[in-house]
Amino acid sequence: MSNGGPSSQTILVVGGGISGVSAAIEAAEAGQEVILLESTATLGGRVAQLNRYFPKLCHPTCGLEINYSRMKKARNLKVYTLTTVENVTGERGNYTVTVKTQPRYVNANCTACGDCAQATEAKVPNPFNYAMDEISAAYLPHEMAFPMRYVVDGSVIGTPEADKIKGACKYDAVDLDEREGSFDVTVGAIVWATGWQPYDPAKLTSYRFDSSPDIITNVEMERMASHDGPTGGKIVRLSDGAEAKKVALVQCAGSRDHNHLPYCSRVCCLASMKHAAYVRERYADANVDIYYIDIRAHDKLDTFYQRIKNDPQVNFVKSKPASIVVNDEGRPCVKGENTLTRELYEEPYDLIVLATGMEPAVGAPPVSLTQDDYGFIVPDEGEEDSGMISCGVASGPLDVSMSVQSATAAALKAIQAVKGAA
Amino acid sequence: MTAEKNIGVYLCSGCSIGEQLDMSTLEGVAGEMKAPVCKSHEVLCSREGVKLISDDIASGDVNRVVIGACSPRVMTDKFWFDGTHTVRANLREQVVWSHPAGDEDTQAIADDYVRMAITQAQKTDAAEPWIEGEYSETIMVVGGGHVGLTAAREASRAGYPVVLVEKAGELGGSTKDWKKVVPSRPPYREPEDNPVSGLIAKVKGDDRIRVVTGTTVAETSGMPGKFEVELSNGSTESVGAIVVATGWRPYDATKLGHLGYGASPDVVTNFEMEGMLASGGIKRKSDGNAPKTVAFVQCAGQRDPEHLPYCSSVCCAASIKQAMQLIEADPDVMCTILYEELRTPGVTEEFYRSAQEKGVVFIKGNVESVDGSLKVTYHDDLIGDDVPLEGIDMVVLATGMIPNSTNPDGEDMDLEEEKQIYIKDDINPAAPFDVAGYAEGTEAPEACARPAESIPGGSSILNLRYRQGPNIPILADGFSDSHYICFPYETRRTGIYACGPLRRPMDSEEAAKDAAGAAMKAIQVIHGVKAGRAVHPRSGDLSYPKFNLDICTKCRRCTVECPFGSIDEDEETFPQMNPSRCRRCGTCMGACPVRAISFDNYSVEMLTSMAKAVEIPDEFDEKPRVLILACQNDAYPALDMAGIHRHQWSAHVRAIPVRCLGSVSLLCISDALSVGYDGIVLMGCKSGDDYQCHFIKGSALAKERLSKIEETLQSMMLEKERVASMEVSIADSAAVGKMIDDFVANIVDNIGFNPFKGF
Repeated sequence: MSNGGPSSQTILVVGGGISGVSAAIEAAEAGQEVILLESTATLGGRVAQLNRYFPKLCHPTCGLEINYSRMKKARNLKVYTLTTVENVTGERGNYTVTVKTQPRYVNANCTACGDCAQATEAKVPNPFNYAMDEISAAYLPHEMAFPMRYVVDGSVIGTPEADKIKGACKYDAVDLDEREGSFDVTVGAIVWATGWQPYDPAKLTSYRFDSSPDIITNVEMERMASHDGPTGGKIVRLSDGAEAKKVALVQCAGSRDHNHLPYCSRVCCLASMKHAAYVRERYADANVDIYYIDIRAHDKLDTFYQRIKNDPQVNFVKSKPASIVVNDEGRPCVKGENTLTRELYEEPYDLIVLATGMEPAVGAPPVSLTQDDYGFIVPDEGEEDSGMISCGVASGPLDVSMSVQSATAAALKAIQAVKGAA
Repeated sequence: MTAEKNIGVYLCSGCSIGEQLDMSTLEGVAGEMKAPVCKSHEVLCSREGVKLISDDIASGDVNRVVIGACSPRVMTDKFWFDGTHTVRANLREQVVWSHPAGDEDTQAIADDYVRMAITQAQKTDAAEPWIEGEYSETIMVVGGGHVGLTAAREASRAGYPVVLVEKAGELGGSTKDWKKVVPSRPPYREPEDNPVSGLIAKVKGDDRIRVVTGTTVAETSGMPGKFEVELSNGSTESVGAIVVATGWRPYDATKLGHLGYGASPDVVTNFEMEGMLASGGIKRKSDGNAPKTVAFVQCAGQRDPEHLPYCSSVCCAASIKQAMQLIEADPDVMCTILYEELRTPGVTEEFYRSAQEKGVVFIKGNVESVDGSLKVTYHDDLIGDDVPLEGIDMVVLATGMIPNSTNPDGEDMDLEEEKQIYIKDDINPAAPFDVAGYAEGTEAPEACARPAESIPGGSSILNLRYRQGPNIPILADGFSDSHYICFPYETRRTGIYACGPLRRPMDSEEAAKDAAGAAMKAIQVIHGVKAGRAVHPRSGDLSYPKFNLDICTKCRRCTVECPFGSIDEDEETFPQMNPSRCRRCGTCMGACPVRAISFDNYSVEMLTSMAKAVEIPDEFDEKPRVLILACQNDAYPALDMAGIHRHQWSAHVRAIPVRCLGSVSLLCISDALSVGYDGIVLMGCKSGDDYQCHFIKGSALAKERLSKIEETLQSMMLEKERVASMEVSIADSAAVGKMIDDFVANIVDNIGFNPFKGF
């Protein structure tokens, strides 16, 4: 800050998941001007796609509702969906950020009445449900979407379906001529809350993810258990719709593995125990086997482990399964060696859930950020005065509570940067 | 406040409202209610629609606005009229989207919702904030260890003055002299230098931070923005917010006799090992020799209902670090770590890997005993038997962290029973989760064993002069944590934020972030209360409870039930409100038996009048009326979302959103029954061990109050089934309609109509 202090008091937050939303609202409620960018059509990110949180088994949408109602009152907070950062120049206190916008094909006139969705037969894979089902090509991202506004999928643009969609709108809200665009903002600090993506299960070749529809990932399990998921909350075999009463939860599917994600993703053990609770809540005669290396129920969350372990129908097997095979009856089987008993097993299941890990979603950032070998954004060494701050899973594999903690801390760091008080 | 209430009613006919309802009937309702202005527009949220309203406000024709359109949860940016009291009637999600078109019952709901909204506008005003006297911007940090130092420094770097109070004679806390910490920076493979001494220097050199050592807090009074803190050195500090960073202490190892502590001087704790590593030269106390074989026993007195029920989170990585330090000092030292579950979450996995490469041996097995000759016996699951490990020179017990939620050096608090509830956890975190049942032949298990509940010893950290006792409430396992995953700083004592291992076991890197987070919240509360604004979760709310002491009976229910300890009692035991402690839930209003408490824009009078504004059909119409009082954060949005999905439910119910079920007075219920409602449902979030209420006890209080209404119902000769509480989560959009329908069906089929109808 050699040339006379920061010139912008505005804080930019990149990413509208729980971390970005938290960082943005915490800073805004302290009086700062905040701009929040989200790459998809709605805020909420990965947590909006979760059925429940561990250990309370409460609904993530409850906290989102509180945060959204806070945001509705914060006139100094501006939200832009379908936007990403294209370029950053400048320095702490004075960055010029080029923001790239993607077309929604629906403008602010939208009332979310839903007439457009009724007007078309065209369907697209539903991104909210990880493409486990389809949704109308004109869709509301989900019931808790923020903003509460429809999206027209780009695949129908230029087709007669798009004209039907436009024709159905009484409010002149469908704009088929929207194009990619960009605008510049000047900000004093940037919070990177770009979150994570599930590790690609297809890379775990010995688990043959594509060999049976009854092998799913942990994030898909969250959608399956949700009332607004592809099965309306029923936990079933996707192959035939039968109730899934014998379920395997395979830990470290990618994590703690040098060939995949060398780190521990921290949340999977606890999330899988939550999945055991989903199954047990539904079926009295269900049995759940959890295959694990170490059960990492850190701090007070160990009590959640005690709680789940206490259920005689949830069984913990210390073993990293060697492979998944489909048997002659078409059932997927988990195969490996129990490291405590040295027994070999090959066990068929109704449903196998791979606890795939979290990898940072930032990819190649549009600006030089310090990243570790895994891609997590870390602060520069000894650098107290950076205007670039990371939080949430963009900064490391954290659970929700820790993400919000780090987001709140990031809001303060951003305020420090724009105030230039240090 | 404008004396004349000129209500403008604006009705939207868009989103199929106009197709499914008769708009002229709705306009007629506004006329009956004597609203001076009533206008309809086909797209009220359009620029022209909004202009219709803002022009009327600008011309002075209208000074309060009633909008009959979509849910109050949407279009808030468009229907935002600065300074003008605005009320919404939800004609879209909860009328036309959830009930059949063109039906007289659907029309009746809409008519009633317009009546209720106009009544609400008549009975309330825009809130005027409470702002009074001087506000302090200083942040007090209590605790001068790593976490407190970080919090002080972070707050100062944001430009705020800080007073840092430390009990000991010098800064740095218990980890000050430790040489190394677990790595927080890539490549995460080697121990890092302890940052504490550097932090002390920065804090001491910081002009905005005043350090007071050798001092504790004698007494804290006041409220956010206006705390008065008396220190043990006799001085008084005026501060705006308080960060509590009193840290942790090691578990008392003398209780771990079975692990050899006390049996041999060469059985030491991890905490003692840090001391030895700090002073250099690791020597056995027994003979002064350097140990060549060291065994680390993990979970010593942890994850054990006899000792600490939780995992202290840091011990696995800390033992790895100590083993590395020992090997670094003497490559011939053989280190073995015995563990049940090796917990190095996140990137610390690389630190674990690095230790394996350095030759640290890891053995999975639960250590059963350590004897005076340092024979370590562990249970090997593979062999299925106990296995001895001999030839060990030193045993290090990985003992856990105990939060300093009280000052263990102080005298035990002598609390009356009424105040003890605030320092005992009110839930059982190990309560069994809901299951559909058990397989044939399988019995339901007993709940997990938990340590007996106890009042923590020692003195209070802040000595709050609060009606509800001197402590920040202590939750599960003795930690002053938040109960909420999404909101780790959701405190029960507004303006006071705990951080670091006082909240839950955490490592130093996480604790440093937590300190910054707590400092953020401290800054935020200071910013908010100056303008009279509530903090989370009703952030920005300007209303606050006002007391009519003329009718107060001094029953003290409000002072006892306030979840945030906002209300004290004066010398005459009248309630004394501390507005900036208040989170505006209205629990006090729900508790008051005589309507002495109300907000500018929310009151028992408002709720009762809204309920009474509904037209109750007489018995011969065979149309029951059921009143739903729905929690604004969960149940009401669930109804909205049911509407978004076009799920339908009984047209005989009328819903009013409430701030929290805790704000619902029994008076609302008896009044509603007396005008002929056939049933009343209090719809709120889950209570019990996994309670979700962000005002702590709202739904639990509602249930408790309902249990007391039976007598009233009996005296009115009414069946108790007419009044029910229903737990509805925000994710219940698919289920809530059926819950309502079942309730209504039970009234119609089994209970019958309210005999008070028509009186």
